[in-house]
Amino acid sequence: MSAFVEPSDPATGGRARRLALPVFHPDFMANAHTATHDELLHAAIENSVVKKDYVRREVLAELPDADGLRTVAGAIKRHTLDNLDFYLRQLEGNVIKAGGQVHFAATAEEANAIIIAIAKRTGSKLVVKSKSMVSEETLLNDALIEAGIEPVETDLGELIVQVGHDHPSHLVLPIIHLRRKEIGKVLCTFLNVPYTEDPPTLAEYARVYLRNRFNQADMGISGVNFAIAETGSIVMCTNEGNGRMCTTRPRVHVALMGMEKVIPRLADLPVFLKLLARSATGQPLTQYTNIVTGPRRAGELDGPEEFHLVILDNGRTRILGSRYRDTLRCIRCGACLNACPVYRKVGGHSYGSVYPGPIGALLTPLFNGLGGHKHLPHASSLCGACYEACPVKINIPEMLIELKEDMAKAHITPWWERAVFKLWTLALSRSFTYGLSQKMQQIGLRMLPASEGFIKRLPPPATGWTSVRDFPRPPKESFRTLYKNRQMSKK
Amino acid sequence: MRIALFVACYNDTLFPETGIAVTQVLERLGHTVTFPMEQTCCGQMHYNTGFHREAVPIVRRFVQTFRDAEAVCVPSSSCVSMMREHYEMIAEASNDAAFLAEVRSLLPRIHEFSELLVNRLGVEDVGATFAHRVAYHASCHSVRVLHLGDVPIRLLRAVRGLELVEIPDREQCCGFGGTFAIKYPDISEAIVRDKVGCAAATQAEVLIVNDAGCAMNIAGACHRHKAAIRVRHLAELLASAIGNKGEGGR
Repeated sequence: MSAFVEPSDPATGGRARRLALPVFHPDFMANAHTATHDELLHAAIENSVVKKDYVRREVLAELPDADGLRTVAGAIKRHTLDNLDFYLRQLEGNVIKAGGQVHFAATAEEANAIIIAIAKRTGSKLVVKSKSMVSEETLLNDALIEAGIEPVETDLGELIVQVGHDHPSHLVLPIIHLRRKEIGKVLCTFLNVPYTEDPPTLAEYARVYLRNRFNQADMGISGVNFAIAETGSIVMCTNEGNGRMCTTRPRVHVALMGMEKVIPRLADLPVFLKLLARSATGQPLTQYTNIVTGPRRAGELDGPEEFHLVILDNGRTRILGSRYRDTLRCIRCGACLNACPVYRKVGGHSYGSVYPGPIGALLTPLFNGLGGHKHLPHASSLCGACYEACPVKINIPEMLIELKEDMAKAHITPWWERAVFKLWTLALSRSFTYGLSQKMQQIGLRMLPASEGFIKRLPPPATGWTSVRDFPRPPKESFRTLYKNRQMSKK
Repeated sequence: MRIALFVACYNDTLFPETGIAVTQVLERLGHTVTFPMEQTCCGQMHYNTGFHREAVPIVRRFVQTFRDAEAVCVPSSSCVSMMREHYEMIAEASNDAAFLAEVRSLLPRIHEFSELLVNRLGVEDVGATFAHRVAYHASCHSVRVLHLGDVPIRLLRAVRGLELVEIPDREQCCGFGGTFAIKYPDISEAIVRDKVGCAAATQAEVLIVNDAGCAMNIAGACHRHKAAIRVRHLAELLASAIGNKGEGGR
């Protein structure tokens, strides 16, 4: 559980602060440095993530008005967030009407405690899980194990993460950072079968293992892609069918969701279904889309005896009340990761926490505070590819800039950087100072060694530039000097 | 038309040839080009780095300088993006109604250089000749904020003798991002290396850009990695007339 806790800080009276999102690899600069030199990682990303982005654009272009659909999706989310209390109450009422139970959890610890209590009460010792990023957020598996309950991930990628004691590096494709050989080794060692790296064989081994576990499990825990307030239903989209297995076979079904996952009506669902798989993997729909409303009814042959919906806050209310509330629109499709030139070069683990990529660069500091994540808002070229890819039109670049403003105001941005920009404003506010600073730049830069019009090494604080590329040498005369001379010679 | 040129601070100091080329093209088309000397910068570096308060005097100065211009030509897609995305917001936050009114009045008169030619002046053929193999890099701002579409391509297609080649992954960022390139050189370099590779794959002699940020970054990377391609601003290409082969650039 140490991932949750920041070291004790004298400024807070020596008490250690619990972080909302667990942080696994906190040193962004070191992570990024390693990852940007990792050719194998880049090849893996090229084959998966980059391809998915390309296919996303192709399949969206097949829709008559993909941009219009995204606007509608964003509007539905905005409306829902503006009335979140109403829709959560409506959702609760309808889940109960359908025979289910609803639990509101203010913190990650509470959510875990609620689920463990349900397990204990129902005598559940073996839990099968379908993919849930929120359960990664709460470190649910660790809590279950500590309570003597065995969780088994049934999404193949998440299973490999679990048995390899690893962390997912993508919202939707958890193991793109692993090579085939590594996957083979991890899975075959765990399953105690002869080594192979052949995907169909590995899948068959996993299938047999998981089928066994599905049959034995007492409880199934699922994530929630969408929760429909009007009907009290939860929606799960999977490609492996494990969502359906986890939530029908065992006696108890617990669905864990972030509170922002609710949508108002069944009629709103198609908007999101049309966008989710297309944005995530370039499929028109995932192989399985399951809409689950309550437990088994009297007279029904299948289904769990109990259905529980655990609705998690863990800081979302605070974000809702801030200027970053649009981040709560996120449907966790991963399109922004796939489109991001930075993600493609540093990979998911570099971002440090459970949510990587552009949306993670916002969520991690928003949940945990800016102090421990001061690189995330800055490590972006603000190219806007994420905003263009987002099915619910979250203006990620704008919010990254706003986080940077928060950092400057809170003096998290170093004092010398603030000083440089203040001086620079002075220089740009007056013709005299502008002219002077331009002259100084020209003289200073032209003194540096250069070849073929390029400077090889810039002085601090700009040395980072020339550590990797050359800098164009300023000519002797600026444009304004040339213009002035031309005007004078005309007269 | 009297067109006021906002050359952009990095063109002023590093790429004066861009300003010269813009002036030549517009004068060749029969317009008068003025250069208000009070101009400095659009404020995007400050704004994008989170120094919003400190950006305000820079923005005010821009608005003051150009408030009476019939049209403003800006050979920099990132500067125009800054103006369209943030100037109104900044003026609103200042609680200065006069400032806001001036911004609102000025914004429709501001054009990026290729936009000005094609959309405002209705010109695609500016009488240029450039008999070389050329590829075009679309800056992120021109694609995603200004939505220039194929405006620069139409200008390039009208250049006599020019062979235009499609660059693979044209809309992928070049990795400049302002202070990003200095603060996160590893990541920036990994991104620009891809761009240089894509440019080299076209076997073009010249890579055309419409933003000095991209130009600085890609040209610097090409030179460091000894890639043969030259980087030039769109305006320089369009200024190449018959008799002037328009060599040079970096």
